[in-house]
Amino acid sequence: MELFANLLGRMSLEYFPKEPATIGAAIGMPLAVFGVVGLLTYFKKWRWLWDNYLTSLDAKKIGVMYIAVGLIMLIRGLADTLMLRLQTAVAVGDQAGPFSTDTFQQVFTAHGTIMIFFVAMGLMFGLINVALPLMLGTRDVAFPLLNSISFWLFAAGMILINFSLIYGGFSNGGWLGYPPLTELQYNPGPGVDYWIWSLQIAGVGSLLSGINFFVTIIKNRAPGMTFMKMPIFAWSVLVTTVLIMLAFPILTATLAMLSLDRTLGMHFFTSLAGGNPMMYINLIWAWGHPEVYILVLPAFGIFSEIVATFSRKALFGYKSMVIALCAIMVLSFIVWQHHFFTMGAGANVNAFFGIMTMIIAIPTGVKIFNWLFTMYRGKILFASPMWWFMTFVVTFTLGGVTGVLMAVPAIDYQVHNTLFLVAHFHNVIIGGVVFGYLAGVAYWFPKMFGFTLIERLGKLSAALWQLGFILAFMPLYALGLMGAVRRLDHYTDPAWTPFFIVSGIGVVIICGGVFVLVLQIALSIWKRKSLKAGGDPWNGRTLEWSVPSPAPSYNFAVIPHVSERDEWWHRKQHKLAHAIDHYQDIMLPKNSSIGLIIGGLAGIAGFGIIWHIWWLSAIAVVAIISTVIIRSNVEETEFTITAAELKNAEAKL
Amino acid sequence: MSTLHETQLANQKTELGFWLYLMTDLMLFASLFAAFMVLRVGTNGGSSGVDIFNPQYALLETFVLLASSLSCGIALISARFGKLKPAVIYLVITMLLGASFLFLEIREFALLVLEGNSAASSAFLSAFFTLVATHGLHILIGLVWAGALLYSITKKGLQPRVLHKFGLFALFWHFLDIVWIFIFSVVYLIGGLS
Amino acid sequence: MNHTSYRAAVKQYIIGAVLASILTLLAYFFVTQRITSSVTLLSALVLVLAVIQLTVQITYFLHFGADKKPRWRSYSLLFTTLMIVVVVVGSIWIMRNLNYRMNMSPDSMNMYMIDQNKKGF
Repeated sequence: MELFANLLGRMSLEYFPKEPATIGAAIGMPLAVFGVVGLLTYFKKWRWLWDNYLTSLDAKKIGVMYIAVGLIMLIRGLADTLMLRLQTAVAVGDQAGPFSTDTFQQVFTAHGTIMIFFVAMGLMFGLINVALPLMLGTRDVAFPLLNSISFWLFAAGMILINFSLIYGGFSNGGWLGYPPLTELQYNPGPGVDYWIWSLQIAGVGSLLSGINFFVTIIKNRAPGMTFMKMPIFAWSVLVTTVLIMLAFPILTATLAMLSLDRTLGMHFFTSLAGGNPMMYINLIWAWGHPEVYILVLPAFGIFSEIVATFSRKALFGYKSMVIALCAIMVLSFIVWQHHFFTMGAGANVNAFFGIMTMIIAIPTGVKIFNWLFTMYRGKILFASPMWWFMTFVVTFTLGGVTGVLMAVPAIDYQVHNTLFLVAHFHNVIIGGVVFGYLAGVAYWFPKMFGFTLIERLGKLSAALWQLGFILAFMPLYALGLMGAVRRLDHYTDPAWTPFFIVSGIGVVIICGGVFVLVLQIALSIWKRKSLKAGGDPWNGRTLEWSVPSPAPSYNFAVIPHVSERDEWWHRKQHKLAHAIDHYQDIMLPKNSSIGLIIGGLAGIAGFGIIWHIWWLSAIAVVAIISTVIIRSNVEETEFTITAAELKNAEAKL
Repeated sequence: MSTLHETQLANQKTELGFWLYLMTDLMLFASLFAAFMVLRVGTNGGSSGVDIFNPQYALLETFVLLASSLSCGIALISARFGKLKPAVIYLVITMLLGASFLFLEIREFALLVLEGNSAASSAFLSAFFTLVATHGLHILIGLVWAGALLYSITKKGLQPRVLHKFGLFALFWHFLDIVWIFIFSVVYLIGGLS
Repeated sequence: MNHTSYRAAVKQYIIGAVLASILTLLAYFFVTQRITSSVTLLSALVLVLAVIQLTVQITYFLHFGADKKPRWRSYSLLFTTLMIVVVVVGSIWIMRNLNYRMNMSPDSMNMYMIDQNKKGF
């Protein structure tokens, strides 16, 4: 009996959820999953799902899976938001809110963690996968199997962290898990460990994707496409991957050190035995600041493409955009201390980082002006992607400005960790990242599936998001200046309640915007025959629009030769014929379940460490290494599409 | 099957990709180095570098690893010039030297723990053990990789695919020696100064 | 593939190993013989030797590769090194500053603040 108990590590019955909110989530989520599983079984779609998506090494399919996870997690994260705003609207003075303090802390931790790591990163990698190879005039990314592995590591992290709701409890340490709160002394339970390992696993996936996309851009471009001729989105992805490759190892190391503190009793960040919790904050933000640029730069790239396309004009100042991107790439690594101006550093340190922070606003400003100059004297079509751009340019600029405000250390001392800060970062993340990726989904949806989304609903969604955002966050700026501290589940001043209520209404409207988005997707699928789109529904400029929608598995029957920036636009303007005289055999990667297997094993290994089931983790790790070795000895990993088959397929399209 | 050009291009991509991975690994070590540099003052009233670091022992470890890097290089060149037997012999020597390095390191750790200086004793020791053990873990994975490589060579001979992977392994192994230079210099030499 | 012979290629490695050994021994002796009493100077010397050995190993051990152009290996190594210096030196700078200011006794803090006040902070 003793041995059996040891086999299960520290698992025990006490770790099941106990409060109504957490019990609700613990029941609701599995129900949703069982619902999906049931539907798939009823409609006998498992084979289809397995062959076409789960084991596919096609970047376009992997991208769709990323986006699906991202959107589902968005709804999950918004559920958290509703709970947070409900609590703050109600809990004032003597009145208690509907949620306990412990639940509240778990909710805001879940909200931040899921939004950043699984919504933003998911949508980002998804859109890059869907659009980048096509834009570069190539068939796939540099390492298709690695791409699949990256996705499944991401999915494993997502599953692991959501599983904590069912058993173990979510972390309560905020989305960045500061010690000493997250050390054993104050947090012996599994919540923080779930958080650590879910992010470690997903983080490895991100790192591998960074390498993958970098090599893709360097080595996979179509012949003739020099760096200065590639779409600006590709440039933004290139810079992003550099940030990913250099920043994510810092996250890996720091989370590992925290984990060593918690699992092996080490003292990196403990309050005692010589540890230094401030070092954690230093390191985590050395990752954290590049991370926010990782999130936003591809969004900037997407907007560059959208603005040029819908203004029917080449992007203004391509070269300065490239220089601005490279400047941001370097600068984003020397500003990180501004996240802890108040932690106790002296004026010299604060001044240096404050100045650097202000400087980094400049290249971003250059980009904004370039977009506006692109629109100037263009023949603008306000399709839904442009509606997202309009919401972005206003919202993000405002958020950026409040950032420059806080870059002044003296001012930051007043507003650090108040709701002003919360308003700022939501301002730039929602304005930049969310609006950017929703714009990308609207823009590239026809290319993914062959039919457009219902335009009117897309515009309505954008409008609701914009209105909702203003109502949700403008009050928070005011509250922050009035002294409201963040992450509190209860406030004392009843004069603040109207602000919280307005903010709550704003959140509800945002949820309305998401509801409309979901409705849009559902209705568009239902009406897809009448919304059928050809290869080029937007009269686009870049190569992805030169192939049919949805793009064939091989992207291009014949790899195009590129001579201009905005090659597709150039060909259309000069009516260059698509003379495909001869086809050649093409080789594409075969499907593979390796990604799924490695992701699954990684999840199991993480689960084992969290619950101290060491034998389980050891087996899982050995299994991963064995899988890699076995796979490396497999020779036949590709299949051929003969020239004849190619010709037939092209004729049918 | 792919053309020669396509294989060359694929190999270039893998080489670049692997090199980039090594760069990310450098950043990982850099973070651990930063932690060590900051936390080395946190000795919790216990041992500091002067007390526990043995420069001679570290010098021995350094030369063992350097020798393994040399034998790895010779193994690779032999393989590229088609000399199967020297390639195998020098690869085995590399593995033996690598294993010796690990043995020396584990012995050092064991002795430290036995005399009461474990990773859980202080921040300094946590940082020391973690940085050095992370390097050791990479060496261990390298040994596993070398074993798999040895198996491939004996079974398939010096095919282009095998050569390509041998090149990647050699990159990894040399990179680990380079990281060790800094561990030796920063941790054992500088860290042992009072 | 370079047109060097087998022997020439092996010689490159041996030269590299010998140089690396010399640099290692130099650093070892500098420290164990304590050639200067200044810890800062000694540390700087050891670091310089380490960086030189880094270059030696990169030249003799690693540049025996196939793809020489374009120079992605050099660019990425250079940029990574730059970022490593930023993160490591930056972290040390920040943390030493923090530790100094946050670990004082109340009396020392008093004196420190009066002193900072005089300087106009």
